[in-house]
Amino acid sequence: MSSKAVATLLGTLSIAWYSGMVMAAADPYQLNFQQPNSTIAQQTYDQHIMLLWICLAIFIGVFGVMLYSLINHRKSKGYKAANFHHSTTVEIIWTVIPFIILFAMAYPATKTVIAMKDTSNPDITVKVTGYQWQWGYDYLIGEGAGISFISRSSTTLDQRNNKAPKDEFYMLRADKPMVVPVGKRVRLLITSNDVIHAWWVPAFGVKQDAIPGFIRDAWFQADRVGTFVGQCTELCGKDHGFMPIVVEVMEPAQYTKWAAEQKAQSAKTVVDVNKVFTLDELKADGEKVYAGNCVACHQANGQGIPGTFVALDGSKIANGPKAEHINIVVNGGKAGSAMAAFKHLSDVDIAAVVTYERNAWSNTTGDVIQPSEINAFRK
Amino acid sequence: MSVAQANTVIMKKLLIFSVAMFGFGFALVPFYEKICEVAGVNNLLKADTLTENIQVDTSRWLTIELDANTRGLPWQFKPMQASVRIHPGEMVEVMYEVRNNSDREVAGQAIPSYSPQLLAQHLKKLECFCFTKQVLKPNEVRQMPVQFMIEPSLPSNVNVMTISYTFFELSSESADTGGKAKPI
Amino acid sequence: MAAVHDDHAHGHGHGHEHGHDDHAHGPPKGMMRWLTTTNHKDIGTMYLWFSFSMFIVGGLMAFGIRAELFQPGMQLMTPEFFNSLTTNHGLIMVFGAIMPAFVGFANWQVPMMIGAPDMAFARMNNWSFWLLPPAALLLVSAFFVPGGAGAGGWTFYPPLSVQMGMGMDMMIFAVHILGASSIMGSINIITTILNMRAPGMTLMKMPLFVWTWLITAYLLVLVMPVLAGTVTMLLTDRHFGTNFFNAAGGGDPIMFQHIFWFFGHPEVYIMILPAFGIISEILPTFSRKPLFGYSSMVYATASIAILSCIVWAHHMFTVGMPVTAQLFFMYATMLIAVPTGVKVFNWTATMWQGSMSFETPMLFAIGFIFLFTIGGFSGVVCAVIPVDIQVQETYYVIAHFHYVLVSGSLFALFGGVYYWLPKWTGHMYDESLGKLHFWLSMVFFNVTFFVQHFLGLAGMPRRVPDYALQFADFNMISSIGAFGFGLSQLVFLTVVVKCIRGGKKAEAKPWDGATTLEWDLPSPAPYHSWVTPPVVK
Repeated sequence: MSSKAVATLLGTLSIAWYSGMVMAAADPYQLNFQQPNSTIAQQTYDQHIMLLWICLAIFIGVFGVMLYSLINHRKSKGYKAANFHHSTTVEIIWTVIPFIILFAMAYPATKTVIAMKDTSNPDITVKVTGYQWQWGYDYLIGEGAGISFISRSSTTLDQRNNKAPKDEFYMLRADKPMVVPVGKRVRLLITSNDVIHAWWVPAFGVKQDAIPGFIRDAWFQADRVGTFVGQCTELCGKDHGFMPIVVEVMEPAQYTKWAAEQKAQSAKTVVDVNKVFTLDELKADGEKVYAGNCVACHQANGQGIPGTFVALDGSKIANGPKAEHINIVVNGGKAGSAMAAFKHLSDVDIAAVVTYERNAWSNTTGDVIQPSEINAFRK
Repeated sequence: MSVAQANTVIMKKLLIFSVAMFGFGFALVPFYEKICEVAGVNNLLKADTLTENIQVDTSRWLTIELDANTRGLPWQFKPMQASVRIHPGEMVEVMYEVRNNSDREVAGQAIPSYSPQLLAQHLKKLECFCFTKQVLKPNEVRQMPVQFMIEPSLPSNVNVMTISYTFFELSSESADTGGKAKPI
Repeated sequence: MAAVHDDHAHGHGHGHEHGHDDHAHGPPKGMMRWLTTTNHKDIGTMYLWFSFSMFIVGGLMAFGIRAELFQPGMQLMTPEFFNSLTTNHGLIMVFGAIMPAFVGFANWQVPMMIGAPDMAFARMNNWSFWLLPPAALLLVSAFFVPGGAGAGGWTFYPPLSVQMGMGMDMMIFAVHILGASSIMGSINIITTILNMRAPGMTLMKMPLFVWTWLITAYLLVLVMPVLAGTVTMLLTDRHFGTNFFNAAGGGDPIMFQHIFWFFGHPEVYIMILPAFGIISEILPTFSRKPLFGYSSMVYATASIAILSCIVWAHHMFTVGMPVTAQLFFMYATMLIAVPTGVKVFNWTATMWQGSMSFETPMLFAIGFIFLFTIGGFSGVVCAVIPVDIQVQETYYVIAHFHYVLVSGSLFALFGGVYYWLPKWTGHMYDESLGKLHFWLSMVFFNVTFFVQHFLGLAGMPRRVPDYALQFADFNMISSIGAFGFGLSQLVFLTVVVKCIRGGKKAEAKPWDGATTLEWDLPSPAPYHSWVTPPVVK
């Protein structure tokens, strides 16, 4: 039977080796932390390696002794048991030595912890808001101040449900990544709109819980350009696993260009507000917005999930007064409700999705909501 | 005393102890608030008073970012300026604007939060809209001041900080039974 | 001495007049025996079977989790259901499997090991067991109510847990009931140990298993009511408009975590201290040499228990505490490594120059020391804040606590079952099947959990139903290991059932190195043992 266990193990390993040849997005056998891209992450990496060496040394010491004993002090070898049962000297020694080892571990850690908390002199301050289930970024101070957008996973529902092929960036990309310049101190103000989330990018060594009603700060300074990925790391409900954090680190010149583009774009959306759309245009747009924001809970057929997420098909809100419907989409449900606020969406998007919801499935109000109405509602 | 009697005595003691520990769980709530207050982590809703004359330290500049959030109520809430530059010890007033977008009267309570956290120990707020609940009539717009000073005792390596407020809706019943930390 | 016994029988009679006749005739037959029993051995047996069935239920949930994670993409279930599985797997394994199993051991062994005829409060003992099945029913039936079972993690963190449906209320009530049962059980154990030891059995002569349970029981009485208080606050926040954890009303969601982990960290030691006790019984027996450093073992256990009450916030290094608080909790946490290290060193010294033989209980004890130490190392790694911030809420932490809870607590439980089965059933278990069970568990356990260290370091968060392609291989290995580990437990069931139904007759003392009192009783232990207390010299 135990040869069967060995066979299973070998089978496991060969399957693993084989599948490793097929997909190679990142190193599938990465055994350690990701390559650090900040001073803090580097210190963390080094301390972890140091801890492993210390643990290995103790492990070899203790289990070497035990192994010697297991091999030699056996009844089957006729070894006669000794009868000692304590030794104060030995016991004091092995109580004191761990203290010294622990001190050696704690000293560098303490310095890093203090450095982690020092968020002074930032070049850029970005507010990060966790939503169920996406991230919002508001550039508050520094170059790019005023930029504000929502970042959602680029992985589609079809990919997730194995109806579409998964590419090498499966689960690792967002539609709009956070962008920062290389070598600049970035201060993060992290908060949440609903439940507790956590913002984590391993390469920067930053992980901070996003707590509703409170802001917490953290900082990082990227040493090299590239795309760095993390994930939400505090269980935040249904789609907790599907809210990646993607940070694009750029050369400062490129960042300046990006910031200018973002500003120009947001200026464009303001113009759009007064444009008048037809019902069909809004419905078509709205279906897309719905698929991006609402479908996870309310489902494609508008039926929701009984007991957890209400149905929109035939619901009082989607067939009742317009103002109430717009209000709940913009501002979310009452405190404690699972309905999130979508005030971060543009006026056009909200107008489209509300129009869609009021005219999809069996809902036939015929209402057309224009972006200007949303704009007026917000004022 | 028989064993059975002695057993009962121990049981009674342990029962009283566990009931006390149940109470202790609840006692941790005010205890936690007290610790936060002493550590200056979340001193939320009380106006500070200035007891002595504090010298303005004109040699230092501090950047104070102002941040605003709403949660679950149909309000638009924003600071009138994104940030201010001040000296430690200087008394400053900043304005926030809040607008009720709905057709009903809505009561809200602002909860402040500071970053870095140690700011709370050095921030003296003389006036703030967060000291009371705010009731806005349909479509009312209100400008609200925050008057504060940052003590010169602030550690010298801190020069950028954030004062953030989040407005939460007070439904009529939660305003009554909310119990702890009731707005003054 | 006789007087002590008479007094006791008298007191006992007051407790249950109806049961008095049973003393003479042994147990009644059929279902009523189990419903009404006040006998510590019957109740111990029920605790053990209950915990085994909960182990199967929680294990099936783990099967579901690992099956979904076998490949990237969503295959078998919705993300909500996955979250319910992880939540209830944790809750059921902690409160339904591990804790009741140790209480079962305490029921069987504590009276026999200290020379007492039964537990101090026999009727209450019956109640504390029969509270468990309704609680388990609540937990499991929550899967069938609208909205499904609680899916906010076994830690109940608000505001997420406030969003949940009525499944969460059922979870809260189940925890209330389980907590009440644990408190009653602990009061019983403390009273029994303090008051009912045989003449001459001073505290410092007690077997270490009894010592660890005494300290554990105190911890339970200390922290279980706090848990009850916390979840009560959660319940009133959910339904009665209080704002303990709601920032809107001046509360603080982080305060929940502080109070929860004030319970939660001692809880971790509640699940491991009795395991230390069992190992400290098995090792000297099969090394045929007294336990090394008995008194330092007792002091180490007590200091672990005390330290466990001041380290809770190391579960919360990412919430953004002030730096002084973080450093305090880091140093306090690292300190726990000292008494824990003392224990491992003492065990090694116990084996040193012993005359060892390797029956199944000894194999599990050695496996325990080996793997628990690995879990201890990853625990020290997790205590160092910068590293913890990286591994918090990742698979590294999953690997860490399964190394201390599965290859720690569970292996000790297996070892204890094999060690005492001859005493409980009167038969020897099948040694080769037992060894097979050990080796299968050992191999599959490591296949399952060792790779999870790598997953966590490379950046895979826990509680996610899906992952990036780079994590695919290790997840598949881990899943295969988990299925193997689960199926290996059928071997255990076979051994136990076989042993109950027959097998070689066990002598009163089947292990020649055993020294504690229970081995002076015949095997199987009589329904009423130590009616006349032994005298300990």
